[in-house]
Amino acid sequence: MLENRKYFIYGFFVLVGVVYVMRLFVLQVLDSTYETASNSIKTIIDIPVRGQVYDRNDKLIVYNTIVYDLYVTPKKVKIPDTLAFCSLLQIGRRDLDSLLKVARNYSPVKPSLFLRRLSKEDLAKIQDAMVEYSGFEFVRNSVRSYETPTLANTLGYVSEISKKRLESQETPYYRQGDLIGQSGLEKFYEEQLRGRRGVRYVMQDVNGIMKGAWKNGEMDTTALAGQTLYTGIDIELQQYGDSLMQHKVGSIVAIEPSTGQILAMVSAPTYDPALLATRDYSKNYAKLVKDPYKPLLNRSIQAQYRPGSTFKLVQALIGLQNQVIYPNSVFAAHGTPFKAHSPLFGPHSLHAAIQYSSNPYFYNVFRRIVYANNERNTFKASAMGLTQWHEEVTKFGFGQKLGIDLPNETAGLLPSVKTYNKMYGGELRWKFSNIFSLSIGEGELLINPLKMANLAAIIANRGWYYTPHVVSGINKKDSPHADYKVRHETGVSNKYYEMVIDGMEDVVTRGTVSRAAIIPGIAMCGKTGTSQNRVGKDHSIFLAFAPKYKPQIAIAVFVENANFGGFAAAPVASLMIEKYLNRKVLRKGLETEFKNRNYLPAIYRTAPVKKGIPKDSTRNLIVKK
Amino acid sequence: MARNEASIAQSIDWLTVFLYAACVIVGLFNVYASVYNPEEQTKLFDLSNRAGKQAMFAATSVLLITAILVIDHKFWEALAPIIYGVCIFMLLATLVLATDIKGSRSWIRYGSFQIQPAEFMKIGLALMLAKFISQPSVNLTKWRDQLSVAGLVLLPAVLILASKETGLTLVFAAFVIVFYREGLPGIYPALLLTVIGLFLCALFFSKLYIFAGLLLGALLIYWVIIPRYDRTRKNAINISVIFGLMAFFVTSVDFIIKHVLQPHMRRRIQVLVDPKVDPTGIGWNVIQSKIAVGSGRLWGKGFLDGTQTKFDFVPEQDTDFIFCTIGEEHGFVGSAAVVLIFVGLICRIVSLAEKQRTRFARIYGYSVASILFFHFLVNIGMTIGLMPVIGITLPFFSYGGSSLWTFTILLFIFLKLDAQRPFTLSRA
Repeated sequence: MLENRKYFIYGFFVLVGVVYVMRLFVLQVLDSTYETASNSIKTIIDIPVRGQVYDRNDKLIVYNTIVYDLYVTPKKVKIPDTLAFCSLLQIGRRDLDSLLKVARNYSPVKPSLFLRRLSKEDLAKIQDAMVEYSGFEFVRNSVRSYETPTLANTLGYVSEISKKRLESQETPYYRQGDLIGQSGLEKFYEEQLRGRRGVRYVMQDVNGIMKGAWKNGEMDTTALAGQTLYTGIDIELQQYGDSLMQHKVGSIVAIEPSTGQILAMVSAPTYDPALLATRDYSKNYAKLVKDPYKPLLNRSIQAQYRPGSTFKLVQALIGLQNQVIYPNSVFAAHGTPFKAHSPLFGPHSLHAAIQYSSNPYFYNVFRRIVYANNERNTFKASAMGLTQWHEEVTKFGFGQKLGIDLPNETAGLLPSVKTYNKMYGGELRWKFSNIFSLSIGEGELLINPLKMANLAAIIANRGWYYTPHVVSGINKKDSPHADYKVRHETGVSNKYYEMVIDGMEDVVTRGTVSRAAIIPGIAMCGKTGTSQNRVGKDHSIFLAFAPKYKPQIAIAVFVENANFGGFAAAPVASLMIEKYLNRKVLRKGLETEFKNRNYLPAIYRTAPVKKGIPKDSTRNLIVKK
Repeated sequence: MARNEASIAQSIDWLTVFLYAACVIVGLFNVYASVYNPEEQTKLFDLSNRAGKQAMFAATSVLLITAILVIDHKFWEALAPIIYGVCIFMLLATLVLATDIKGSRSWIRYGSFQIQPAEFMKIGLALMLAKFISQPSVNLTKWRDQLSVAGLVLLPAVLILASKETGLTLVFAAFVIVFYREGLPGIYPALLLTVIGLFLCALFFSKLYIFAGLLLGALLIYWVIIPRYDRTRKNAINISVIFGLMAFFVTSVDFIIKHVLQPHMRRRIQVLVDPKVDPTGIGWNVIQSKIAVGSGRLWGKGFLDGTQTKFDFVPEQDTDFIFCTIGEEHGFVGSAAVVLIFVGLICRIVSLAEKQRTRFARIYGYSVASILFFHFLVNIGMTIGLMPVIGITLPFFSYGGSSLWTFTILLFIFLKLDAQRPFTLSRA
């Protein structure tokens, strides 16, 4: 009887063994939390320096400055004299408490960021005194520095990664507190600029003393330095553009036609990029966001305008290519909804129509383009004609994103049959008489300055373009991305371009452009555009390239609320071209005059920008007629 | 008694010897891994460090084994009361002479040499109990004998408790298994298990669930298990009283923890439930030990490559927390193997004990198995977070001469008795 008790005893012993083996299985094989909690292996992150940015003449634009971040490990903190500590770091007692609280909430044993971006000078001042306080360590870091206070919107800025972005990353790379490119080149080329973070695993004992590499460094990855960006930007030209655009709202985009490289990209008003690379990032950022002139908006690629009269060039080219007009085709103003203006009261040819920007002429051109088919029904004919036209204009880059290497480029608007069907509530409910304003670049057309500059480059090249781009090579000059080596053709024969260009030359010499815009010794070809603005004064638009043969620069200038295109935008463009081609500007009087001219629109001065802006105040960015 | 004894090499149980040797050798390597420092690499047999000392303890153990195997088997049964007496005397001496080591006053120091008599008490008590219970007149179902046995256990228990070695005191609870095998009514171990079980339940689960469970259990027993003719009013009252007492005990657990237990014991129990209550104190051991074991994964980090244990994250890692080193460096495979070796060794001893022809040898065998089992249960249990932290060693593995010698002597006295089995007439 008693002997049978041995089975209970065996059973009990074996049961405990089984329970323990199961527990070990859970602890060691199933549950991986204990592996990651391992605290003897410390991960050390080597953040490589971000890549530098150069201009086309090898001038440094963006580089890095060494700064020091102060990290705190709450559990180790010992501050014998709080008052002295606060005055040493120049922080308030409350700041100290809240910073420590935030750090403690993150982790009492892991270091978290306490103060960011202390300069070498700051460090020198406080380093010795900090010995008395334990739990703090300095970590070397770097911030973006700028040789010149320009190009802010194109370069973009870096700042701490947002929570949303952190959680949405597909392959986990960034960690809390990492810096990431937030706009411009910094965002577009983030992966190239940031390089690759290095990770080292080192062993440490319970007192945090390093004990060498784990597994002899087998698992370590070395940091890869950020790559250098070579841009096509001419930083001198860029700065010159900034100076011309001060006290104005608008944009200048200059392109080298033969390569598609952006020479300058001015968005006014602008800001000093260094503002967003300092310790006061948040304060400065808030200020810029609240600024009613919206300095953070890169107007070159984000603002939307109607092209106005500059669009007549496209209409002329398509008309000629479709052979619905000829250089000697003559039209007069009567029978069109447009009034004739001096000196075009009589019938005139294409050359004069471009030279003096004739509205009635291009009404007729567009009419012929649209009705160039055998369809008798005008509704059907209009739809067919518009489809054809849409296809041809698209080749000029309208109505689509060009694909520049910057984020947030706008596509603009090029209306199609669908657009009007929707507008007029069905098919065949509209015809040419409803859409004729397109003939002079008004109506449902929207472009950004980049697209306009690209149009200038197309004409300069007599019929083709490379997609405009800022970066001409990564780590190596003149080795653009494959996308920027694809030649886009417009399908218009270059002999028609010559005819249009002849007209554009006379626009400058004896046409709609003010005499002041003539550059001595340089043949500039251009076209003015003016748009009425419902709220304020008209916007001034000018596109141009120079010299006439073998053009080196194509440019588009937008000055908001500056009246007729020939008065403001054209002289600015001419100064830019002179600066680029001659490296110096001789017309000092004109230069000074334009640097000092103030076209800041009143609307910005009075109406603060609010959330949920009423429609009209946003529309003031859009040119109207 | 027959003089025609075969040579000891033929009659000793080699399987047990093999398991013992495996434990000691694996333990030795793990003590070396625990004290191993990659910056100043020490040799395995360097007496200036603990691994070297442990090797010396193992070597002296061989001498002890030889001596035990040479000494006549009758010596132990005959001298059991004297050995018991000497051990008690040493405990008393300890109380007077002992120096304070980490709050414990259980070590006698002589020069650089330290000895812990409380460890050796296990041998004395095991022999004494075997001797006492093996008397034909003793019947463990009787009150008088139960009290005598309790007295034999309580005397050293009180003395060891006085020297602040709670862990070594609790080891004596293991003798319940021996008494149960020798006729102690099953109600005692059942009661003990019930109390422990309810205590653990009260720690981990909400009171409401436990009461519901108890009610369900009571109803189940009355209506389903008890046959219809036994469903008398008397039985109903009995069941109500029993389950009422259980419920009362559960309610009083909080009170016991807060007011009866000493503060350091209370903390150890709180830490078992949630190590984070005391992350820098005793909870640190539990957290770090779990991290070390858990980070070993399936195959472990490799011999001498354990980083948690090597860099002193786990306190007492060469003594009480030696199992961490095994878990980290040899992974699930290694630690499960150690668990299996222990269960195998203990079961082997029980099976040998059952074969004994003298009651003395059987009781003594069970004592050895029970003591080993209790150490195994508590030590590995606390390392993997299933038991409160109680400072007792893992037999044969943990660093320390007293511990290794005690278990060696315990085990080989039994093996000597077992080797004598073929030449012994049955008395029981």
